Amino acid sequence: MNAPVLALHNLAISFGGVAAVDDVSFAIGRGDFFGLIGPNGAGKTTLIRLISGILTPNSGRVELLGEDVTHRSTATRVRRGLALTHQIVRPFRTMSVLDNVVLAAGHMRTVDPLRALLQMDRHAERERAMSILRQVGLAGAETKLAGSLPLGQLKRLEIARALALDPTVVLLDEPLAGLNNSEAAEQIDMIAGVNASGVTILLVEHNLEEVIRASRRLIVLANGRVIGDGVPHDVMRQQDVRAAYLGESVETYAAG
Amino acid sequence: MSAYTISLLSIVGINVILAVSLNIISGFCGQISLGHGAFYGAGAYAAALVAIATRNLPLALIAGMLVGSVLGLIVGFASLRVRSDFLAVTTIGINFLFTGFVRKQGWLGAEMGISSIPASGLGASGNMIMIELFAAATIALSLYVNASWMGFAFRAVAEDEDAAATLAINGISYKLVAFALGTALAGLAGALYAYFTQFINVDAFDFITSVMLMAMVVIGGIGSTVGVAIAAIVLTLLPETFRFINEYRLLVFGGLLVLFISLAPGGLASLFHGTRTRLRR
Repeated sequence: MNAPVLALHNLAISFGGVAAVDDVSFAIGRGDFFGLIGPNGAGKTTLIRLISGILTPNSGRVELLGEDVTHRSTATRVRRGLALTHQIVRPFRTMSVLDNVVLAAGHMRTVDPLRALLQMDRHAERERAMSILRQVGLAGAETKLAGSLPLGQLKRLEIARALALDPTVVLLDEPLAGLNNSEAAEQIDMIAGVNASGVTILLVEHNLEEVIRASRRLIVLANGRVIGDGVPHDVMRQQDVRAAYLGESVETYAAG
Repeated sequence: MSAYTISLLSIVGINVILAVSLNIISGFCGQISLGHGAFYGAGAYAAALVAIATRNLPLALIAGMLVGSVLGLIVGFASLRVRSDFLAVTTIGINFLFTGFVRKQGWLGAEMGISSIPASGLGASGNMIMIELFAAATIALSLYVNASWMGFAFRAVAEDEDAAATLAINGISYKLVAFALGTALAGLAGALYAYFTQFINVDAFDFITSVMLMAMVVIGGIGSTVGVAIAAIVLTLLPETFRFINEYRLLVFGGLLVLFISLAPGGLASLFHGTRTRLRR
């Protein structure tokens, strides 16, 4: 594998004596498309929070592009090349769709408030935001208030904002949740297109079918531990993955 | 121009600075502060002491801004630990702390206040012109801030600090800058007030003052510089023009506040904007 852009080393955190994430390690290479699945309570959300910097682990390390960022803030990690989307969409509702993306595209201008004060020009960011909105299929919605968009489009807006950060790796937290089948399929095709353009993807999802279809490597989390890691179809055939986690749905999957 | 008009215009200018500066903190950056009077007062007291000691106008104005913003930064640090409604309560506390503290300090004139503040040397009209120039500069600065990338990031922090963090916007530093800037301007207003009245008493900087300033911001339209400036002018002139309102000042302000929050939460700015949009159609 090429040099990892995101590497987790023995990450562990517990809440009130219960291990939420327990000795999790994996590394994502540049350009990879990773899927991360697991039942409710498997520790996916906690792991996302550890990667994004909302939580600090009890032990272990998070490395971004070879640099230890375990104790860095979310904002710093974003500047180092990590972008993330939220499971529950969080657009700036009172801003236009375009402004949401322009703000992300100008993230280097807003690092320092005082430097931000001396800068007015938004031309380049606007151009870039327009092209990203076209890429995610939101062309034509630029002037709408973000708060007025339906969920499917808001999910796209989240991804557009993440892409505008010019990230090395994008962490997508359930970008398909709440979408119907055809919307989900469209969304995953769009994400695959983003990956094809060279952006590394870590996709955390409930929608098994789409994750297995799109990702090149699959990690299965259960009770805070990694119980499966490899090529999606192989992982899904693992006995322990089927037993510990999926039950019925994998039987169906394996049969089909 | 009569002495009365000059004094009225001076107060209008000071209130414009105060309301527009509060709007930077609460409107742009979303940090609800109900203690703006404390920073106003801190600036007034600092300027008064420096004016008495040095008789140097620029120095006194700078002292007012500096003390206002230092106190603002301290409260800003407090704001990092509490969110929205709790911050409002904290800042109310700061205001009471300020007035309570000053009332007991002999060197600040305690209950009696500080009199014998030297004149600015500009004369009453010169003083008034200085105040209006600073008010115009404050409006210009506020418009500029809003149009800059700083104002853009302020809006993000105001709406959703965590989402802003995912765009690499550090909410903490933006909130501190908003407080430092807004309270420095409040300190400046205090310094101008000290020169204007040449006598200050802590009653001028109490919680009621803070609430009236917040009323100007809400009625003008949270986040709208022009709307807030207009509201500051109208709400300062209204009680003076119609004496009967003066007697019921708090009642009228409170009533307007409730009326706007329930019927036009976007304030005058949104009413104007709404009319403009309707006319265009």
